[in-house]
Amino acid sequence: MPPPAMLAKPARHNGGTQMHIARRQFLTVATAAAGGLAIGITVPPAASAADIAPEIGIWLTIAPDDTITVRIARSEMGQGTLTGLAQLVCDELDGNWAKVKAEYVTPEANLASKRAWGPMSTGGSQGIRGSVVYVRKGGAAARAMLIQAAATQWNVPVAECSASDSVITHSSGKTLRYGEVADAASKLPVPAEVPVKDPKAWKIIGKGVKRLDTVEKLNGSLVFAIDVAVPGMLNAAIMACPVPGGKLKSFDGSKIKSMAGVRHVVAVGDDAVAVVADKFYQAKTALARLPIRWDEGANSNVNSADIAELLKTGLSATDGLGTGQKIGDFEAAFAGAAKKIEADYATPFLNHAALEPMNCTAMFTADSIEIWVGTQNGDAALAAASEACGLPLAAVKVHKHHLGGGFGRKGQQDVVRQAVQIAKQVPGVPVKLIWSREEDMRHGFNRPVSMARMRAGLDANGDLVALHARVSGQSIFAYLFPNGVKDGADPVTFQGWTTAEFGYNAIPNLLIDYAMRNTHVPVGFWRGVNTNQNAVYMECFIDEIAHAAGKDPLEFRRKLLARAPKQLAVLNAAAAQIGWDKPAPPGVFRGLCQNVGFGAYTAAAAEVSVSKDGVLKIHRIAAATDPGYAVNPDQIKAQVEGSFAYGLSAALYSEITIENGRIAESNFDSYPVLRMEDMPKVETVIVPSGGFWGGVGEPTIAVAAPAVLNAIFAATGKRVRTLPLRYADLKPA
Amino acid sequence: MVKISVNGTMHDVDAPPDTPVLWVLREWLGMTGTKFGCGIAQCGACSIHIDGQVTRSCMLPLGQVGNAKITTIEGLSPTVAHPVQKAWLELEVPQCGYCQSGQIMAAVSLLKQNPKPSDADIDAAMSNICRCGTYPRIKAAIHAAAGNAGKAGAA
Repeated sequence: MPPPAMLAKPARHNGGTQMHIARRQFLTVATAAAGGLAIGITVPPAASAADIAPEIGIWLTIAPDDTITVRIARSEMGQGTLTGLAQLVCDELDGNWAKVKAEYVTPEANLASKRAWGPMSTGGSQGIRGSVVYVRKGGAAARAMLIQAAATQWNVPVAECSASDSVITHSSGKTLRYGEVADAASKLPVPAEVPVKDPKAWKIIGKGVKRLDTVEKLNGSLVFAIDVAVPGMLNAAIMACPVPGGKLKSFDGSKIKSMAGVRHVVAVGDDAVAVVADKFYQAKTALARLPIRWDEGANSNVNSADIAELLKTGLSATDGLGTGQKIGDFEAAFAGAAKKIEADYATPFLNHAALEPMNCTAMFTADSIEIWVGTQNGDAALAAASEACGLPLAAVKVHKHHLGGGFGRKGQQDVVRQAVQIAKQVPGVPVKLIWSREEDMRHGFNRPVSMARMRAGLDANGDLVALHARVSGQSIFAYLFPNGVKDGADPVTFQGWTTAEFGYNAIPNLLIDYAMRNTHVPVGFWRGVNTNQNAVYMECFIDEIAHAAGKDPLEFRRKLLARAPKQLAVLNAAAAQIGWDKPAPPGVFRGLCQNVGFGAYTAAAAEVSVSKDGVLKIHRIAAATDPGYAVNPDQIKAQVEGSFAYGLSAALYSEITIENGRIAESNFDSYPVLRMEDMPKVETVIVPSGGFWGGVGEPTIAVAAPAVLNAIFAATGKRVRTLPLRYADLKPA
Repeated sequence: MVKISVNGTMHDVDAPPDTPVLWVLREWLGMTGTKFGCGIAQCGACSIHIDGQVTRSCMLPLGQVGNAKITTIEGLSPTVAHPVQKAWLELEVPQCGYCQSGQIMAAVSLLKQNPKPSDADIDAAMSNICRCGTYPRIKAAIHAAAGNAGKAGAA
């Protein structure tokens, strides 16, 4: 079998697979196109060196041998965005997919061109859907330029030319390859407005083509940031105050200075200390023996029980009314309900636990700062490096590497700031900072802790007439972007429950509100963010209501989703795949749920059994997803499968707890995650309804836990309302 | 100096005998295909072969290797010609790829001892962590590499 297209070979010593923009000089930046994004950049004629493939617009180059190199601004962390974006460009280009490679746009090039390549931030399942307009236009513009170049060479009207698979054909039958006209095309102006294809004309979009970056992941040659080797590089291990918010008081570097390999012991910011040594292993070993004194601050006696009490007060308090939805009069309808159902739920803090620990390599000189990092946000990494050393933005060079998992954690730039602060103290010497797993676990930006009090009223017919969801918990925005908090509302608290998203909008009396209860524990965006907790609360509680009403959980939801056809369609697809209308195998029980998030619709049905001893086995998951358009069905399937590993890790096992102000968990022994033996079979049904671009990387996580929890209820009669499940006694009642 | 054999080549390593083999490979020999994930032999990202047997190298002291032959992911097949690598490629197993060196080394070792593993055998042998959740495809790829493609546990 021929090897698939691969990323360009890593540069000699640092592994950055990046555009060599430094060799070109931008002259002008074209005016913004209608969409607000500058897509046209005029570049000088390509350098005479034959090895430089001409740029056709800013999104791609085409070499004389027809090799197409597509520029990628977003980050690749496993989700397949690099390949999906290349598909979008190549389809509009009418390029030959077999000759496509990809390379990263550098953050400094994006800065210098006033963000010509758009935002580099890769989160919120935006990689594809947030880029889709301009990258397709970029491919279409390049196609128009290539055809124009051929038409000019032939001296024929453009209208008599067509293109397919990197070949331009004139109506007379003569042809030119893209590689033959690339140089001429590169000298043409980039058209400001070009039409993109009707979805019916797509040839590469919608196909499950193979990823462009697999081979290097199979032979150990892919250079993640943690693998970077820069000549003369030293390595650093770090420890920050174990109590978040605490400060570094003092340390005694003299005690470890004589240890093998140790070169420097330095303070990092006001809350951490690092050992810089020849090898990371030496730095890590020495750090463990370094006497350090901390000023732990005001939170060193906070424990998880205190936080639970704080959140409980929020459940019964009255602040935050009006933060969410209000339809009808919940309290009146609830007071008059024929049957009332009430339940409290709780979910813990969670660490992202990407397998590649946080790391960054930095080299500082008097007038430059260069970093090597796997980041979800190249633009922000550049800005953080500048800020951390005081050099201007234009002095920063960023080598982006593939991420060994990100899951939202690597959108934060804390490790970049630390690496730069260390490098600044060792000018001229590249320093690679690697976090131990323990540091990674103790200094996460955790999924927020939260609780919910759910109340519902049924009328005499068993119809749901009143529903109240009150969430009490920590706010991501209050921690990361306090200016975004208004009147006690955090814009992401109600993900999945906003007016635009919430599928159960046929309920006549609905109240959703939020009691913000913040702690000193850092929180952030954890793959799927608040859709995860909200789906547990809502979808398990809807299940409770259905059982209280004596109705089938599927039929009950169908009625509630009467005005939400897309939610209904994915729910029906998951139910059909699991065989809901037929009995489950003996001893096997089912649960289901649906959700909407990140612009996509998802549903899941689970089959589980619970032994007499209370041992859970998840046999099978049927998952349905409607992301609008499906760019690469095989990669969507991979994301859906993986979402159950990530979502069920959280549901079954994982929890971050607080002891004396510190995160108590330190590694995968105390923070267990799902492994092969617990992984259910996942049957993915993609039901793309078209007409919109939804996310893929995150929306399915939310349906993993509730489907299984609802199936556990069916199996045992026990309603688990506090996660993780490993603490629950599942012995059948 | 400690002498060790890695992928058929002898190396003199100037590291103390208690240095974990993971760091000897990555930092003394510059072979970074073997990954650091946890440091306490929990995650398996650092899996290598010691005389063909899968071993987590982050807690294996250099001084214990002796005359045993170390094989790392770099020693499997640089051109991805090993049947396990080929199955991984064919079934598009990796997502981020960070754990895959270790997963592949564990799978090769499993198939050496058990050429036709059942789903239960795979569950028991493959305890490496993958946070992206490639487990169903790893299982399918092991069956495929074993020539058991039809019995794969994953769709």
